[in-house]
Amino acid sequence: MTATDLIAFEPAPPEPRPAMTGPGHDRTPVQRAFRLILLGCLAVGVVFLAVLLAYVLTEGWQRLDTELWRNQASQIHPATAGAQAAIVGTLWLMVGTALIILPVGVLAAVYLEEYADRDKWYNRLIELNIQNLAAVPSVVYGILGLGLIVRGPLSLGPVVLAGALILALLVLPVVIISSREAIRAVPDSLRDGSLALGATRWQTVWRTVLPNSIPGIATGSILALSRAIGEAAPLVVIGVAAFVQFNPASVFDRFTALPIQIYNYASRPQEDFIILSSALIVVLLAILLLMNSAAVFIRNKYQRRW
Amino acid sequence: MTITSFRSSYRRRAVLGAATAGAFLAIAACGSGNDPQNVTAEGETEQGLSGEVVVDGSSTVFPLTSAAAELFTAENPEVQVTVGQSGTGGGFEKFCAGETDVSDASRPIENDEAAACQQNGIGYDEFSIANDALSVIVSKDNDWATCLTVDQLNAIWAPNSTVSSWKQVDPAFPDEPLTLAGPGTDSGTFDYFTDAVNGEEGASRTDYQASEDDNVIVRAVSGSRGALGYLGYSYYEQNTHALQALEIDGGSGCVAPSPEAVQDASYAPLGRQLFIYPSAKSLERPEVQGFVSFYVENIDEIVEAAGFIALNDEQKAELREQFDSLLGGSSTP
Repeated sequence: MTATDLIAFEPAPPEPRPAMTGPGHDRTPVQRAFRLILLGCLAVGVVFLAVLLAYVLTEGWQRLDTELWRNQASQIHPATAGAQAAIVGTLWLMVGTALIILPVGVLAAVYLEEYADRDKWYNRLIELNIQNLAAVPSVVYGILGLGLIVRGPLSLGPVVLAGALILALLVLPVVIISSREAIRAVPDSLRDGSLALGATRWQTVWRTVLPNSIPGIATGSILALSRAIGEAAPLVVIGVAAFVQFNPASVFDRFTALPIQIYNYASRPQEDFIILSSALIVVLLAILLLMNSAAVFIRNKYQRRW
Repeated sequence: MTITSFRSSYRRRAVLGAATAGAFLAIAACGSGNDPQNVTAEGETEQGLSGEVVVDGSSTVFPLTSAAAELFTAENPEVQVTVGQSGTGGGFEKFCAGETDVSDASRPIENDEAAACQQNGIGYDEFSIANDALSVIVSKDNDWATCLTVDQLNAIWAPNSTVSSWKQVDPAFPDEPLTLAGPGTDSGTFDYFTDAVNGEEGASRTDYQASEDDNVIVRAVSGSRGALGYLGYSYYEQNTHALQALEIDGGSGCVAPSPEAVQDASYAPLGRQLFIYPSAKSLERPEVQGFVSFYVENIDEIVEAAGFIALNDEQKAELREQFDSLLGGSSTP
């Protein structure tokens, strides 16, 4: 067999399954009712999201201006107060969290999928634990972080690095699980081909498996970051301040984040602050939407069918 | 507790303050690596303060300290002030662990908190910086109640109270169902109200709508004809279009919550003072000392900017005297 034969051997992508659209497929009343129930379930999510969006947009409309990120938080001038420190702090947090979860999460997934012997009890225990950790409430990670990172052995204080570490711990199980799914979706024929051509296991993972699992890993990681960006509870627990008028200059600086700032403004008596908190919710949703669009873009750009 | 009884507690604190100043001298003598040239004997700061001031504590005092931080950093842009709102109790926990420089409090420090501070060698002083009137609020639709006695409040809020109708509070009131809203148990406002009305801190009936977010209380009370709740004066003041505040009879006639009634101590027993607790050790740092002295010297402007009830003249004089004597002790070379 020559090299060209090998390439030609690549299987053709399967025909996409035709969607069961049109009433022609629903022959009995039961089938029609089922279809309506499905639509109803979808509508619950979409309607709530639409109502939330409409509400924060109408509430915060008059304060959706550039002062939001040009000005710092203010107690004295609510009408022109902004949240520059919170927006910059949230971006710092997200970059820090991403830098931690990507290598750690992906490499852990590679170990579990490519190296671990599933017959060994300790590997099964690790897998079970990771799945359980994904369901632990975020405030528990806050308490853990307070004891280990903010105080205790590391004693960092409530700084950017501490916040990023805690959020990373919080979403790491999700990253590992989704990265494993992505790695598992790479067909074994590719691995076998690589190994058959004399590649080592390291070369196979690095040059064949990982490049082909980028879409799944990127999507999973960005969705995990989307969860982290809205977290207030662990940050409240470690004592992130609500009134900060300076941007962090390093990971060892104190900071504040958007969810904390939103919560703080929303609980003030003055109407101006409540409007401002709605405007900041729109900002947070916009950042979320950008991140999710990036996930969709990366998935579509790198996706291949086997 | 009335303001008069606070004064007697001041004397106790003055002793504490003297002890604190003594501790200062001892620590200052060891040398702390800070630049002493920045601070003159009067505690007045020169140009070029920099560093970090960490404040945490009561969410009631939060707007006041935020306003102080904002005005202070406008003059000292190199100082980074952060203000948190962990609640009075949460603030003291961090403060006594040495994690914060100043603690905000809506009630005086408690014995067990003071013991924790002492154990960790954290000296402190107490400054009263503003007044607040806990306001008992009802809906605008309530056209029967204008004044309640403390005994009636106690009947409503006592632990295991079964009062469920306004008629049970006073036979002259209509048989309207009574629904209750108030702050949750982490709040210093809750501690203060239960102490003043039920005679024991933390003792309260539990079947009411509890929220740490005072705006939720505002909404719960304004939306229901028979509702009653309590919260800090600034939340009532910002929502006078939706709420009425009841007059309170503490034994000498009905008094409505107002800045004047709190300042002359006639709004009893629900008039209270708000405090900051600077740490003695942190006050050695010029930026912390600069911040606290700025806070004390500009207290009128800060209180006005944050929409709180100012100290009366006597309290103000006391605050200044207390601060001056503290600094006089600490900055002697």
